[in-house]
Amino acid sequence: MNKILLVVKREYVTRVRKRSFIIMTLLTPILFASLIGALLWIATMDQGEEKIITVIDDSGLFKDKFQSTNELHFQYLEKDLEMAKSEFKDRLGSDALLYIPELDIQKPFGILLYSESNPHFGVINKIENTLEQEIERIKMKQLGVDQQTLDNIETQVSLTTLSLTSDGEKKSNAEATFGTAYVSSLLIYFFLFLYGVQVMKGVIEEKYNRIVEVIISSIKPFQLMMGKILGIAAVGLTQFLVWVILSFVVTSAGISIMGLKQDPAEIIGDSAVLDSPGARDPGIWEMMETIPFTYVMVTFIIYFLGGYFLYASLFAVVGSAVDSDADSQQFMFPITIPLIISIVALGFVLNDPDGQIAFWMSMIPLTSPVIMLGRIPFGVPFWQLAVSVMLLVGGFIFTTWVAGRIYRVGILTHGSRVGYKTLTKWFFQNY
Amino acid sequence: MFLLEAKDICKRYADHHALSNVSLQIPRQSIFGLLGPNGAGKTTLIRIITSILQADSGTVWLNGEELNRNHIQSIGYLPEERGLYKKMRVGEQLLYLARLKGLARSLAIERIRLWLKKLDMLEWSHKNIEDLSKGMQQKIQFIATVLHQPNLIILDEPFSGFDPINVNIIKDEILELREMGATIIFSTHRMESVESLCDHIALINKSHKILDGPKQDIKRQYRTNTFEIEHIGPIVHLKEGYEIIEDQALENNQFHTMIRIPGDHNPNLLLKDLITQTEIHRFSEVIPSMNEIFISKVREYHE
Repeated sequence: MNKILLVVKREYVTRVRKRSFIIMTLLTPILFASLIGALLWIATMDQGEEKIITVIDDSGLFKDKFQSTNELHFQYLEKDLEMAKSEFKDRLGSDALLYIPELDIQKPFGILLYSESNPHFGVINKIENTLEQEIERIKMKQLGVDQQTLDNIETQVSLTTLSLTSDGEKKSNAEATFGTAYVSSLLIYFFLFLYGVQVMKGVIEEKYNRIVEVIISSIKPFQLMMGKILGIAAVGLTQFLVWVILSFVVTSAGISIMGLKQDPAEIIGDSAVLDSPGARDPGIWEMMETIPFTYVMVTFIIYFLGGYFLYASLFAVVGSAVDSDADSQQFMFPITIPLIISIVALGFVLNDPDGQIAFWMSMIPLTSPVIMLGRIPFGVPFWQLAVSVMLLVGGFIFTTWVAGRIYRVGILTHGSRVGYKTLTKWFFQNY
Repeated sequence: MFLLEAKDICKRYADHHALSNVSLQIPRQSIFGLLGPNGAGKTTLIRIITSILQADSGTVWLNGEELNRNHIQSIGYLPEERGLYKKMRVGEQLLYLARLKGLARSLAIERIRLWLKKLDMLEWSHKNIEDLSKGMQQKIQFIATVLHQPNLIILDEPFSGFDPINVNIIKDEILELREMGATIIFSTHRMESVESLCDHIALINKSHKILDGPKQDIKRQYRTNTFEIEHIGPIVHLKEGYEIIEDQALENNQFHTMIRIPGDHNPNLLLKDLITQTEIHRFSEVIPSMNEIFISKVREYHE
């Protein structure tokens, strides 16, 4: 046991000390945070700029109906369209020209918006809304509905979603749940792959360097394999924790520096669309609060470790069977298939987290890490979680045992082309 | 008396026998040459002794005890296929390997310093292995093999890749280690180092042990009672049963002759016979080299 720790320590220290590890661990969350920061910044920039729209209303129906806001300033012009077209930019300092011809309100066609560049989606929306509202109002009046009744009719509804659990009611949010599920599934897929391959490369290195025979004259091959797997697991956990902490620090620091006390969501979501009173979307922070983060993180770590042990031992077998990186392709392929299937199936699972596909794939140890992580933010019955974790633990104990038997023969075998038949032979070989 | 005894070791792989009923007795403080052509089973036998493999049948005793995991600490093994972690520093690497053998940290550090100093490599301690020349890497591997002061040191082709100067350094270290009480198993097919180092040998061929014993005894056993003589003036007559195997006339009436005499005759009888006919300048017995014994034994076995 003591000797396994020595191996764990060596594997951990040599990797964590590498420049590439330090750079990747520190830079990834900073890059990620700067990306979000840049998006927020662009959103605020966009907001500040005022657009001037010149309106030529030949119908006379929309006089003073366009309300100027912070972003949009409407000015009316009594001029010929052709003349206005030639001078709306330079003479009038206007960004766009809205032309409303004589209108038949039953068929309101022929309204035109001229501008040099493609107009913003929000601008079009705002203008269309105003036109529709005004035409509806006129129609209502013709039907004999008066203004007061119209005002009374106007209603705004915004749904608050709640998830009902045994702990009581909690505010939930479909987008945040979906996002968390998606991100954690992708992340675990990425981690399993990245660190599994590291185990394989480590085994190949030892075999290729021929240091392995020196080492297994001191410790058992199984101890060497387990030490390597555990050491790299510790590297993975370190990286994950540093990422979580750094992302948190950088994000909150960035937000306080930029003075964004308000909801970032309000900035991102175009206020030209969302300005109707009472119809506010919950902000990002509010959304985040609806996700049980500790729970997601703990299950992430459990499934990362379980899935990693399962895959790492398979990757160790590949490493022990080949002589160089180049030969590893043929064996890597079957190992990566279940991972790739999981990612492909993730779309179905997220749309139907309690369906048959989701249930079975979150039970099978080879696919459960990615799939179960996709289900967890939506809520998974405890018994399912327990069975899945138990199967995963059983799965990795089994693969580690099989791997150990093949590994001890493989690391000492050089120069022969190895196929699945040989691997089976090694497994049954007495030692 | 014997540090290591192996009795009736058998090991088979799926398609062939690696060892068939091999028994060995390795005396304490000896340098024991384990010889044999490639693929004879030497490495398998070594791997069984180092507990890397398990024999199908047969027993190994070390120090009178049946081989077990505790013996790992008293064995130092330098495999034929050997290497080091390229990206690790010399000092760290030696410390890691010594700790795997169960050496305490402080003791290991102290011994690493001593050995690096002894082999004149102290200033390399903080360099990565990949910055070292091949010869220096070999020295580091040798240090790693002996750091934990094993009773039994197993060296598989220790000199491959060494330049002649380093070969001598390592030879001296091996002899010194024996003086200090270690027993050395020395596996090779380079016969010149066997001649100069080994006290005992065993020859393995095609999974069978075909010869073993003290080197001097074996050589004596393989003598052919052949003598090499340099003389002035021809040999004209020889006793019955004496046979000239080879003769060569050199300049100025000098000759070089090889004579084989019957097994029950001694060199004095031959000398007595020759002195009356010719002037003898050199007279020596032809003792077979290990190389010749090796080749003839292996060939004999194949016939």
